[in-house]
Amino acid sequence: MKKRNSKVATADFLFEIGCEEIPAGMLQRAASELKVILEKHFSANNLLNNSVVETFGAPRRLVAACDSLRLRQPDVVREITGPPRSVAFDDVGRPTRAAESFAAKQGVRLEDLAVISTARGDYLAAKQVIKGRPAAEILREILPRMIAEIPWPRSMYWASAEGPRFIRPVRWVVALLGGRTIPFTFGEVAAGNFSAGHRFLGKPKVPVKGLKDYHAKLRASFVLANPAERRRKIEREIHALLVKRGLRAHADPGLLDLVTYLNEYPTVILGDFSEEFLDLPDEILVTVMRDHQKYFAVERRDGSLAAHFLAVINMDSDRQGLVRAGHERVLRARFADARFFWQHDLKCRLADNLSRLQHVTYESRLGSYAAKVARLKSLAGWFAGQWFNSGILQADVAGSIRAAELAKCDLVTGMVGEFPELQGIVGGLYAKEQGEPDEVAWAVYDHYRPLGLDESIPRNLTGCSVALADKLDALVGCFAVGMIPSGSSDPFALRRAALGIVKIILERKVPVSLSASISAAAGILESQPPKIRVSPQVQAQVLEFIAERARFVFKERLGFAYDEVSATLAAGADDLVDAERRLAALKAIRKTKNFEPLATAFKRIRKIIEKAGPVGSWKLSAVREDALVEEAERKLHADSRKVAREAGEHKRGGRYREALQVIAGLRPAVDQFFDRVLVMAEDEQLRKNRLTLLAELLEEFSTIADFSEIVTTEK
Amino acid sequence: MTTTDKRAGKAKPRGLTFQDVIFKLQQFWAGQGCVLQQPYDVEMGAGTMHPETFLRVLGPAAYRVAYVQPSRRPADGRYGENPNRLYKHTQYQVILKPAPADIQNLFLKSLAVLGIRLQDHDIRFEEDNWESPTLGAWGIGWQVLLDGLEITQFTYFQQCGGLDLDPVSVELTYGLERITAFLQGVDNVFDIRWTERLTYGQIRLAEEQQFSVYSFEQADAAAARHHFESYESEAAGLLKSFAASRGEEKRRFPLLPVYELCLKCSHLFNILDSRGAISVTERAALIGRVRQLACRVAAGTVEQQTGEAAVAQEPA
Repeated sequence: MKKRNSKVATADFLFEIGCEEIPAGMLQRAASELKVILEKHFSANNLLNNSVVETFGAPRRLVAACDSLRLRQPDVVREITGPPRSVAFDDVGRPTRAAESFAAKQGVRLEDLAVISTARGDYLAAKQVIKGRPAAEILREILPRMIAEIPWPRSMYWASAEGPRFIRPVRWVVALLGGRTIPFTFGEVAAGNFSAGHRFLGKPKVPVKGLKDYHAKLRASFVLANPAERRRKIEREIHALLVKRGLRAHADPGLLDLVTYLNEYPTVILGDFSEEFLDLPDEILVTVMRDHQKYFAVERRDGSLAAHFLAVINMDSDRQGLVRAGHERVLRARFADARFFWQHDLKCRLADNLSRLQHVTYESRLGSYAAKVARLKSLAGWFAGQWFNSGILQADVAGSIRAAELAKCDLVTGMVGEFPELQGIVGGLYAKEQGEPDEVAWAVYDHYRPLGLDESIPRNLTGCSVALADKLDALVGCFAVGMIPSGSSDPFALRRAALGIVKIILERKVPVSLSASISAAAGILESQPPKIRVSPQVQAQVLEFIAERARFVFKERLGFAYDEVSATLAAGADDLVDAERRLAALKAIRKTKNFEPLATAFKRIRKIIEKAGPVGSWKLSAVREDALVEEAERKLHADSRKVAREAGEHKRGGRYREALQVIAGLRPAVDQFFDRVLVMAEDEQLRKNRLTLLAELLEEFSTIADFSEIVTTEK
Repeated sequence: MTTTDKRAGKAKPRGLTFQDVIFKLQQFWAGQGCVLQQPYDVEMGAGTMHPETFLRVLGPAAYRVAYVQPSRRPADGRYGENPNRLYKHTQYQVILKPAPADIQNLFLKSLAVLGIRLQDHDIRFEEDNWESPTLGAWGIGWQVLLDGLEITQFTYFQQCGGLDLDPVSVELTYGLERITAFLQGVDNVFDIRWTERLTYGQIRLAEEQQFSVYSFEQADAAAARHHFESYESEAAGLLKSFAASRGEEKRRFPLLPVYELCLKCSHLFNILDSRGAISVTERAALIGRVRQLACRVAAGTVEQQTGEAAVAQEPA
């Protein structure tokens, strides 16, 4: 940390934007945006004394604080260059008219001008001192602008259309520098030194002096402004309520985040529900509790659900148990609804819903869900068939087709209508309940997976085939009708689909040729109604789109260096499992002594070839051995033949590391060649022969990775 | 024999009756300067569709109004068998234009008037932005939760009939059945005491049953579709004449009847929907047709008020 300048006069700064309830999901991001905005403006105005701004939020406030802000900007001395010395002074050294008018223009006396020497010669110059302004004066100008600068997903206005915009109406502002109010207004609100306490438990007006008393004053008014403090209180209380009963909360970090930002004074209460609801699947119970009521589910030690829930309320206690009774009543009604749908949906066979899918549009040009299911059956069956043929005997073509047939049938059930986030899962549960084989039921259950980078992939191979088919059909179909993601617009979540494809292939290590699968998906789209044409260009676009996600996964998730990824994918990105093996080999071999020099040499070869003009003008059908005149070129040719043979054997055996090791062994021969042989020889025959030798070398040894993509330290 | 007779001799049942809840809210909001309006006499899905909301929030004139609006949602009917779902539920609607700065506190005071001790409960404002694609209207706000139960939709209107609003109105929509059930501590809406003597079920159950049978089983979809088109075409014809009208003729042009035709279309759409007679693709198109009528009425109304043509925007 840089040392602070203790001679500078500073003071603490406190800034609170008081607001009607801000959506919980947006607070964390808004706080970090506010930090960036403040630090940007403070440093542009030279107000920071090697200090940082901290920001945080609670439902009714966004807060920024800095313990050391300069009270005044430092003065800035500026040198203004005037006329050249030769023009400013006459032969005897007296100032000329030019010097006088420059001084007048700068508002300084003639004798205060100085001569400075620059690269272009000596010049007359004026020094101008720009006095720093008081921080309070600057803050009153920039703070209202900074409030308006905070980006929100969807802002509003609340007074008139000309009035300010924010995520919710701003009702008060605290702005203090060294305990003094910075006077400004935002809309109708004048900044002051009054914060507000908890809506029901605290004082409506809480006077604060600054950062030093802010947290304590608010705590006394039942607001825990610091999110970490709120989170700790929730965790502590959950533990205290459950530990003595031998229970634990169903882990849910996302929900913990949410309730931390939903409450200014969170308190945890434990509620019960009737044991009879435990007959419903856990997935449904947890979803109802978490997504609809923001309750934590409660588990026994063995992981099974207990008939309790934890609600986080925005109060200090529930003395009379009224809150608990209310939450229990609401949950009872929700569970009763879920049970109704469960029983009602199970009255008909899942597959009987297929006919109703004709009336559910998938995408206007890509047809109904019935059409989508028909394509899924073909494509999932195709994947399973490919795997079976490549020797994966548990690949089940009929099972994949059946799972694809059932995959979307839950879209028209009452349960998914009520709880859309359970699509897939509900279908899987119904399939299981109605006696489908486990493999098929789990495949239906899992086929939307993975929903994110950290989510797991389908647990079985049949599920992988349906999940791949579902995602690939979406990608190829959407690209074919021109719905290509751009910027933040990606309504069919195609980036996630592509990422899912990459994740499934890499984690399950299934052999998938991306180009062959894309072409299979395209063939199905073209032959089945509504018969969408998929041009070769579109197929290439999809391939590149998926390869782009693969690059991301290799770099960000698997920790490969970007040049290793570029080198490997340049040598082929069609089989990602193979690409990952090649990458691992490259990463391992990279540190060995011969490798980087060899990569440098390959880069040189590439440059030479690029400069040699069109390949057709020099490339021979093969190297002419009789035209190899120098010892060094004969040796390189012979060595590379030998190495190619050995490396080829290793490669075929999947031993990429050994192959690369052998290739790295070429280094002395390559070095010697460049030391002794002039590639661009006068003699045309020699030149063409040498270029061909290098071209073959490059081609032969770029099939595992394109070494010329490797960034080397050597020049 | 009524439930109250059975309870004779026991402690007085708790909570306000359904009609007392309405009385209290009427008194409270009248005290805040609201015009107390009556429910609109055309079928509608929400209190927002009442002209006292849809048209009053347009233009610059300040206004405060409150009213009860029975709201019909044919697809939500459950033959009176579900404890929480109704073909027709009762909304209490408040519009304050412009939105006062202390509106959240005013709203909380209205809860206190109903006997809810704010310190004893968990009351929160959770993000819920409201949107009506049929009306070209949307706003920013919350659902208000009382011990986990959604009791009110609280919205700062941003756009209505495709028009940006200035000033902004605030809309409070109380769900009266839920609030009353909460106050009385009952789990089933049909057990709510409407008066001291009669329950909600005694008064309304038959209606729920009959309208559920009608809208799920017997409504004539072809006839409903025909009615939809005939109302729509009359509305479109009138809107065309409005566009051609000038001066005094324009000022007194019957746009309110056109709006009623639009409301009829909206309700017929809901019936078609509950009969399962609308495909997903058609759905958006039909909603778009109703919205177009609503937006043109809104623009026309502003034109009548100000003498200037209003520019509607596509809803966000």
